[in-house]
Amino acid sequence: MISANAVDQIFVTVDHWLVGRMPGPLQPLVSIVIIVAAIIVVFAGLFALTTVFERKGLGRMQNRYGPNRVGPCGVFQPIADALKSLTKEDIVPRRADHLVHYLAPLVLVGVVFLSYAVLPVGRNMTAVNLDSGVLYFFAVGAATELAVFMAGWSSHNKYSLLGAMRAIAQMISYEIPLILSSVAVVMIAGTLSTVKIVEQQARTSNALAHWNVFTPWGLAGFILFMIAATAETNRSPFDLPEGESEIIAGYFIEYSGFKFALFFLAEYIEMFAVSGLAITLFLGGWSSPVSFLAWIPSWIWFFGKLLTLIFGFIWVRGTVPRLRMDQLMNFAWKFMLPMTLIVIFSAGLWHFLTPVVVGPKPMGGVIRWLVCALVIFAPYILLARGLERGRKIEKRTYRFAE
Amino acid sequence: MLGEGIIQGLVETARNFFGSYVEKDRLTTVQYPEERLPLPEASRVFPFLLYDGTDPEAGLRCVACQICEKECPPRCIRIEKSKDKKPDFVGKQQAYPAVFDIDVSVCMSCQICVEVCPFDAIRMDKEFELSTTDRFGGLLWTKKELAKPNEYYQKIHPMEAAETDERRVKELADARAKAAEAAAKAKAAQTAANPAANGASAPAPEKVTSQ
Repeated sequence: MISANAVDQIFVTVDHWLVGRMPGPLQPLVSIVIIVAAIIVVFAGLFALTTVFERKGLGRMQNRYGPNRVGPCGVFQPIADALKSLTKEDIVPRRADHLVHYLAPLVLVGVVFLSYAVLPVGRNMTAVNLDSGVLYFFAVGAATELAVFMAGWSSHNKYSLLGAMRAIAQMISYEIPLILSSVAVVMIAGTLSTVKIVEQQARTSNALAHWNVFTPWGLAGFILFMIAATAETNRSPFDLPEGESEIIAGYFIEYSGFKFALFFLAEYIEMFAVSGLAITLFLGGWSSPVSFLAWIPSWIWFFGKLLTLIFGFIWVRGTVPRLRMDQLMNFAWKFMLPMTLIVIFSAGLWHFLTPVVVGPKPMGGVIRWLVCALVIFAPYILLARGLERGRKIEKRTYRFAE
Repeated sequence: MLGEGIIQGLVETARNFFGSYVEKDRLTTVQYPEERLPLPEASRVFPFLLYDGTDPEAGLRCVACQICEKECPPRCIRIEKSKDKKPDFVGKQQAYPAVFDIDVSVCMSCQICVEVCPFDAIRMDKEFELSTTDRFGGLLWTKKELAKPNEYYQKIHPMEAAETDERRVKELADARAKAAEAAAKAKAAQTAANPAANGASAPAPEKVTSQ
């Protein structure tokens, strides 16, 4: 019988075994190649699975079947899609900036894959254990904006430029709540290393893990982080950069064939990466929520959580219609930003209440929880009321051009 | 409260998501090649030619009057009249189409050919899966491909076919009665004119082949 620990560490063991068989000077290089290949294969495969699950899930939410023709229940649909996009003609506009037009999808995919370097997908399964992992993640994530603008600018098309400008405005606006909501976690953890953040959350007391999402500031921070992540990855309801009904397809309108598929791939890979960071920061990374389920391998926990969050993304996409540009900006600056600041304040309060309340009194934990929750919830109610004031639903009157 | 509507929406989509696996009547999509909805009685695609009996050549109702050819708005029908004649269902000598072509890539399914045909020879078909790899020859239908038996017509348009058949039975009976009357009259005239030649018989009406 193989021990639970051996199953948990199976990929690490295989990696070490493979590297160990190589001659000494080659070992670092082989180690890098194996890890990079594993990340690309696993997450590109997950992308293929997600496309078909998304189409089927959205179909079910609209009471239809979704793709069910290729293979049993349509599971081979991604293969058909890949073959189709590979065989399509690659059209480049005559007046496009050819070099930049060619580079944009490559830069986007490359940059998006870089952010996986610091994601702990299992115990001892982090490509690079950087001390400033969270900072690295956001720095690399911000580079996607460059690729998006490269695509929009080089296409020499007004729609793609509009889409790119929308994308830049949106991504920069939502990067602030995204980073600020993770600042709360960094404050409490006292480190920027993703590995250490997960290890701190994996500790248990009374059989329950110390996940950040179990705290009031963690829960609110997680919700805000996921909203900002949805906007950051240009997914519905924040898919204005590609709004089909307004600007056709946004920044990748002039891309066809496999370059378009690369944009599509990058969008999903980015979604997985940012979900992975949400898991790392709030949902305890590879750790199990209760101590008696710790025998399940850590990588199963990570990918289970990842699939759950992906389902959440699909669910939201099937529910909420696209926002207007002014609604998008109002939401970012008037709601998301104040709420993330309040979450940071609540996290600070949590930190300072710990020795005061939890130390002397047995009921201290509950009191601390309620106080911190109130600090977030009361401003939320007031903010919501303030935003809705003066906004009446009226009968719309139309003025026609004469 | 802010966000309440989104929660309601999420509940609704979740209900759809799980409900579609439980309640079959939520999924209204008909899985087309395997499942089909019955076509309505009045549905129509392209015209076809009707024939009586078993032989499409002998039983073809068309008499090559060329009314449909002239009336066809997009001019997709081409008819060549035969030199010889053959008896129709009431026994009258009629021409028949030596060539009857319909170019279905031109046909607009207006049914005017059906409306104008005085011989109930052309009707609209319901067959719609007509894709072909040859877009020229494959879409030019000749007499052979167009001819279909009356039983087929009764199957695809039962009400219309019953009405047509009833009318044709009546027409046949009228024609027979008229022929009998004419024969009786001719006989009477003959007997009146030449009572001596009583034994000479009038020409019997030709044997009718119908249905």
